[in-house]
Amino acid sequence: MSATETDTAVKSTPTRDTWNVLRRELKPVIRDPFTLIFSLVQPLVFLGLFAPLLVGSSGRPVGETLQWFVPGVLVMIVLFGTGAVGSNLQYEMMTGSHERTLVAPLSRSSLLVGRALKEIAPIVVQALIIVLIAWPFGFTIHAPGLVIGLALLAVFGIGLGSLSYSLALATKDREWLFWGVQQTLIFPLLILSGMLLPLDEGPGWMRAVAVVNPINWVVQAERMLFAGDLGSVTVLWGWVAALALAAVGLWVGIRSMRRSS
Amino acid sequence: MTSEPIIEAHSLTKRFTVKKKTVEAVTDLTFQVERGALVAFLGPNGAGKSTSLRMLTTLMPPTSGTARVVGHDILKQPAAVRSSIGYVGQLTSGSFAQRVRDELLSQGAFYGMSAAASRTRADELIESLDLAPFATRSVQQLSGGQKRRLDIALGLMHAPPLLFLDEPSTGLDPQSRANLWQHILDLRTEHGTTVFLTTHYLEEADRYAERVMVMDKGRVIADDTATRLKSHLAGDLLTLSFATTADADAAIAVVQTLTDREVARDGQASVTLTAPDGDALLPAAVRALDAAGLRVDRATGVPPTLDDVFLALTGRTLREAGEGEPSDEHQDENTQPAAAAEKTGVQR
Repeated sequence: MSATETDTAVKSTPTRDTWNVLRRELKPVIRDPFTLIFSLVQPLVFLGLFAPLLVGSSGRPVGETLQWFVPGVLVMIVLFGTGAVGSNLQYEMMTGSHERTLVAPLSRSSLLVGRALKEIAPIVVQALIIVLIAWPFGFTIHAPGLVIGLALLAVFGIGLGSLSYSLALATKDREWLFWGVQQTLIFPLLILSGMLLPLDEGPGWMRAVAVVNPINWVVQAERMLFAGDLGSVTVLWGWVAALALAAVGLWVGIRSMRRSS
Repeated sequence: MTSEPIIEAHSLTKRFTVKKKTVEAVTDLTFQVERGALVAFLGPNGAGKSTSLRMLTTLMPPTSGTARVVGHDILKQPAAVRSSIGYVGQLTSGSFAQRVRDELLSQGAFYGMSAAASRTRADELIESLDLAPFATRSVQQLSGGQKRRLDIALGLMHAPPLLFLDEPSTGLDPQSRANLWQHILDLRTEHGTTVFLTTHYLEEADRYAERVMVMDKGRVIADDTATRLKSHLAGDLLTLSFATTADADAAIAVVQTLTDREVARDGQASVTLTAPDGDALLPAAVRALDAAGLRVDRATGVPPTLDDVFLALTGRTLREAGEGEPSDEHQDENTQPAAAAEKTGVQR
């Protein structure tokens, strides 16, 4: 082969690589959009079976209860959906395609960031579906709050997704370890975020833990945003929590990806 | 540039620390490969073949030593090495969730090809590797042979001058294996691609590779053409049978005058010897025995296999060697990337 062929070495640019990784990750979603809807079964069950209990126990009208409950369900979608995406990477590590991408001239960070950015797509689509389903039952939609709320969810999802991918890179081929750690963390985080039940009635230690749980801040900010209260300090703290999680997640994730090869 | 070897490895060594014990997977590996060659690493599981390949493809840094691959240093210019090689690992290159054609297009983008060039190239490879009926199926739905053909297509997407294949035919049925090999051989004829592969199938190395490097316990213990390895290290097994044991005894002395290899009785009324160039020795022996009044009833010459070569080199057969290794590559096969990454992690 001629010398020119060896000189066409691809310049690896993180932005272009990230875009290419992102596009690849989106392909199965676009080819099979129904997978997004099937994974909505769990939040729909909570919406259909848990919300009536809340209505019953609080004695408040359905619309008001949904206004409180739906933002929590949206965060729950991210927690369960995005929190599990590491298993996709783990599967690719075990079946071999991750190795192929490591031999490709892609910057290591792009393999993580492209995947994390892809999470925005299912989050936005699924959140919109839930909001539309809740709408006829008296849930009020404030357009600017919805847009900002979705953006906040996306940032939160990027952080959580990155952490999930990091967990996959750390646990390698031990699926049981991935799921063990993931489940151990996800349920306390869920309950201690006041997502399903208000924490106001809980014991002091629970409220103390919830204060340092970034997911709690995101849930509260989402409630404010969906109520149309855009200027609240709670919204600001929600953004601080989500951005901090995204920064930590991406940092840990990129590091794990670099170390994995 | 053209005369520069496409692979130059200098003292590549890889040590792993497993359970506080240091295991040397590859020791002092030094070799060169010329452009256009078809080279096979042959050895039992755990011999260090895959580890060597992983170092050359930048998947794993060597503990010491270095290598230049397609003119680039594997440690200093890993990105340049990656963009100039194709790699087909032991496992499946395509993601199970992706469709066949989508994966090829993504691969093209990863290697900096334009969308139009990727489409043209993908369709070309889909055609030549008989993937057309499955192009819009997900990788998960493919059979073993189809997956392997997609692996090859992915490895060739950017038309690399050098293709690494790690045990390309493991787990395939004989027909798929033959088919796969036809594709690899066509590739060389059409594009002059250098092919470097590992295999533990000796008949495969024997039949297709021009150059065989036999690896055992992390070292290359022989490096030559299959033909020369066989004639130098093993030789043809010749057997001459007679009507009586007395004739056979008498024949030993006669045959011994023609060769310096040891001629022996094999229990019945036969004598055997292993010698290079047995095809010429056999008729000469028959003529000499006739002249001495000893009638040969049957004469056979069996060409050696690489298994014989391995036996001559190590005193073990390939099969024994593979079974004897406790921490071998075969075990890693299902968990290769993870296990390998784990090892690197521990080593650091």
